[in-house]
Amino acid sequence: MDLFEYQARDLLASHGVPVLPGGVAETPDQAEAIAREIGSRVVVKAQVKTGGRGKAGGVKLADDADEARARAQDILGLDIKGHITHRVMVAQASDIAEEYYFSYLLDRANRTFLAMASVEGGMEIEQLAVERPEALARIPVDATVGVDTAKAAEIVDAAGFAPEVRDQVIAIAVQLWDAFAKEDATLVEVNPLAKAPDGTVLALDAKVTLDENAAFRHESHAALEDSASADPLEAAAKEKDLNYVKLDGEVGIIGNGAGLVMSTLDVVAYAGEEFGGVKPANFLDIGGGASAEVMANGLHIILGDPAVKSVFVNVFGGITACDAVANGIVSALGILGDEATKPLVVRLDGNNVEEGRRILAEANHPLVTVVDTMDGAARRAAELAA
Amino acid sequence: MSIFLNENSKVIVQGMTGSEGRKHTQRMLASGTAIVGGVNPKKAGTDVDFEGASVPVFGSVSEAMKETGADVSVIFVPPAGAKGAVIEAVDAQIGLAVVITEGIPVHDSTYFWAHAQGGATRIIGPNCPGLISPGRSNAGIIPANITQQGRIGLVSKSGTLTYQMMYELRDIGFSTAIGIGGDPVIGTTHIDALQAFQEDPETEAIVMIGEIGGDAEERAADFIRANVTKPVVGYVAGFTAPEGKTMGHAGAIVSGSAGTAQAKKEALEAAGVRVGKTPSETARLMRELVGA
Repeated sequence: MDLFEYQARDLLASHGVPVLPGGVAETPDQAEAIAREIGSRVVVKAQVKTGGRGKAGGVKLADDADEARARAQDILGLDIKGHITHRVMVAQASDIAEEYYFSYLLDRANRTFLAMASVEGGMEIEQLAVERPEALARIPVDATVGVDTAKAAEIVDAAGFAPEVRDQVIAIAVQLWDAFAKEDATLVEVNPLAKAPDGTVLALDAKVTLDENAAFRHESHAALEDSASADPLEAAAKEKDLNYVKLDGEVGIIGNGAGLVMSTLDVVAYAGEEFGGVKPANFLDIGGGASAEVMANGLHIILGDPAVKSVFVNVFGGITACDAVANGIVSALGILGDEATKPLVVRLDGNNVEEGRRILAEANHPLVTVVDTMDGAARRAAELAA
Repeated sequence: MSIFLNENSKVIVQGMTGSEGRKHTQRMLASGTAIVGGVNPKKAGTDVDFEGASVPVFGSVSEAMKETGADVSVIFVPPAGAKGAVIEAVDAQIGLAVVITEGIPVHDSTYFWAHAQGGATRIIGPNCPGLISPGRSNAGIIPANITQQGRIGLVSKSGTLTYQMMYELRDIGFSTAIGIGGDPVIGTTHIDALQAFQEDPETEAIVMIGEIGGDAEERAADFIRANVTKPVVGYVAGFTAPEGKTMGHAGAIVSGSAGTAQAKKEALEAAGVRVGKTPSETARLMRELVGA
């Protein structure tokens, strides 16, 4: 789960990382009130989970509270790369003497954590890594040891921080690790980490990604979820514990197992090329079980998508054999009744496949077509959606 | 031969007394696996009855190993306790720990991976279906009745795609099929399995199934070019997955230009791997290679 900047800032501040005073506003009135409380020049920043806010007009300075109100008015509602701005952060504006970069992240390839730091912050870090890789220190962090003051000093010295900020940055590096480890983050990135003219080092902008697998030990993380801008079908699926991602095509997809469902999306997209570019409408993994109830919940979500014109049910019968899956589909259609209005193409393979196909043939539901192969079923589903 | 698991493997189950553990222990026993014990400190000294077998419960992994000579542990312990369970298995120096548990925080898996470095334990998973050497032993949740013993080796991130491919090639059969899991940090990689299949005299050809996210397939391609002389057929899922959306597996997410299916396919083809566009085409390519 990616956090908004204001959430990331609050989270880091709660672990002692120095940030400037500020708050989040959903209306120009709220923005004005926050700016009045700060009582100095402020920056008004769009809260969207994408980069390039500045260029899109989503970050503006304001000299006083009235101006902050006007800038918030401009920015709220702004569409930044498809993300509508529902909130702005109003923070004290800081003069910046120098900009640095600091992050901790999961390094998948090496199965470890990685600290990255540079005294050349502010710019896109991907660009810096390509153009001047020597300017970006990359220090592995052993997950069983973590970052103490000595490790932090190693990172800070590798990046070449100047003596007058060294101790401050070491302290911040330890605080950022504390946040990274204790909050189960997979990314904590501060860019820029800035030195103010008075020499104080502060986190001016931050990105944090939290591991959703760790939600069971972080009750506070549920409140950080952006349920308001989630797709309504995705929200409904989540309530039913279904693994659903909305896509922009016409063929609804249900399958068991993440890999098989991903593969199904591909096969449908290939088949769709022959039928005017028909595409998959969603990713939906109902897991290994494929019981009638889960099947009914899945079909209910997919049939609730007005873009869906046909549905492809692609199940490999393993632990739950095909006869049980077929019974699940038949009962699911019974549960749904009149709600089931779109044609269903079903492909079953695996254990007890003959019995599964026999059950579906016997039920003879007017909406259901059984096709023996995955490629053939994808083709039929695409044709029905064209 | 087979890799990592054979007819002599003695298997214990951590989390055997939970509902998933119990169900799959029954299945493993039914497919002929030598299940010699379970581990649960609260139920140590008791026996669990399965249809036709009584399996003793031990208080710790090391006690179970001492009493039974176990060399494989299959772990079903729920996410909150999984890190501790894997560390216990590693500290007991068991040869193979197969972590089936789904939903383990990545800080925990990164920790137990680091903890296992330099030790005696190979970790497979987490969030994986385990591995099967058909006709010999089955450690995990892969259905045992899909296929038979044979000459193909299979390594895959995905469970159901593993089953699908075993089904497509069921008449030829498999030496070992191994699901390495779809999490960002896993114990055994494509490369580890490719190397073992290369060294296994019974394996004649290898199917490698990948999916979007990370760069494991690209690194596997480099490894194949330099080290694998047996024919390899590949499949990659997720060509049409959009950037920034996680596709079911925590590791299956395309961020920026890294991790796309197209990049993986190109890397594999550049290493001489024939890559199928769909699972069935991949199976056809394998049939051409082995002449079956």
